[in-house]
Parts: sequence; structure tokens; C-alpha cells
Amino acid sequence: MNFQISKEPIDIQSVIDKVVQRNAGAITTFIGTVRELTKGKKTLFLIYDAYEAMAVKKLEQIGKEIEERWEGSQVAITHRVGRLDITDIAVVIAVSTPHRADAYDANRYAIERIKEIVPIWKKEHWEDGEEWMGNQLETVAYPSGKPEESDLNE
Amino acid sequence: MNKVLFFAHLRDAVGEEFLKLDASGKSVGELKAELAAIYNLPKVDTVMTAINEEFAQDDEVIQDGDEIAFIPPVSGG
Repeated sequence: MNFQISKEPIDIQSVIDKVVQRNAGAITTFIGTVRELTKGKKTLFLIYDAYEAMAVKKLEQIGKEIEERWEGSQVAITHRVGRLDITDIAVVIAVSTPHRADAYDANRYAIERIKEIVPIWKKEHWEDGEEWMGNQLETVAYPSGKPEESDLNE
Repeated sequence: MNKVLFFAHLRDAVGEEFLKLDASGKSVGELKAELAAIYNLPKVDTVMTAINEEFAQDDEVIQDGDEIAFIPPVSGG
């Protein structure tokens, strides 16, 4: 149960506890939170939705990738779904490794992979509208139906 | 029969979380093109597909009973 999708607020400590191991010299924790301003535009709240069964599998895959790449690592990830307000926690990633550099690197790898392959989507709600957000990098919507030149250059 | 799942803006466009239809024998690309035409789906060129919870290429052929999901660019994290 190291990889979960949660409809309830995430208990950070419980995610950390899953990667506690005697051979660890470090545990890094990444806490992704809901930001109010993106490029000057004010977010009121977000809705996260997931293809839950596949999302769990893809989180497990990321865990396996990390354990193969960073020897002795252990990984736990919980991602929230549902309505989240500003400052709420969207994702918690805990990685333990024998040495601290690996714990930082592996944790960074996990969040970047989540943004590539895990079927979770966020819908931004602003004062003047709402939109499902849509590229793997972050927060670009494609109202015209495809990425614009300017999006591709970011 | 096949269960075909939609997410994010595709779900809004189709108006259903999933459809039940017979897609066996069709390729992923064929099914995607068919549904895009029927439901006037936006942004399908960026949509990935999963068969039984694993990403699939457009030329993969759908079998009876497969669960298909159309996966718009993800935005978790």
C-alpha cells in the first residue's frame, strides 16, 4: 500500500512511516500544495480526478524505477483527488535511501515522472471560468485544440 | 463488449464517464478517430490510450472484453 490515491486529506507522517528502514541515512519528503497564483491568474480551487486503478499502477511503476535506479531506496507516494483549496496538499512523496544525495535525486525523479505518466488531471477554477489543465509539464491549457508555438517554447 | 472510459475534458465532451460498445477487432487509432468524429472530441491529437490500464499504441488491436481508456495529457502533481 505504498502507492495510493486518496479522497481524504493526506496524512504526511503516515507516508513517511512507510519508507522508514534501518539502512536509510536520509528520508526526503516532497509535499505538493495548491498554489493561488499562476502567471498572475488567481486560482479559487482545484478539482483533481484520476483513473484510479491505472494511476496506482503507474505510481507503483515509478516506485520500481526508483528502486532499480537508486540502490537501497524505498518509495511511498499518495496523491489526493477531489476538491482542493489553496494551500491544500495534493501529493506527498517520501523516499528513503542510504545516502542523502540519492534521496533528493530520487524524490525529484518521482514528481517529474508523475507529471508524465500518471493518469491524474486537475481542473482549475478561476473567478472567470474553469478548465481542465493539459500538458505534462504544467498548467498549459490548449483552447485552440493544440499547443501553440508559444506553449512549445516554454 | 468493451468499456471505454473518458477523463477530464473528454468526459465533458462525451457527457458520460464511460461507454459500453463493441470495439473488438478495431485498432486503438480507429476507435479514437471514430469516437472523435461522433462526439466532436477536442484535442484528440494529444490524447493517449490505455488498454487494460497500460498505455497502448494507435496500431494495437482491441480484443473483446478489453477496457479502453482515453487519457488526455495528465496534470497531476
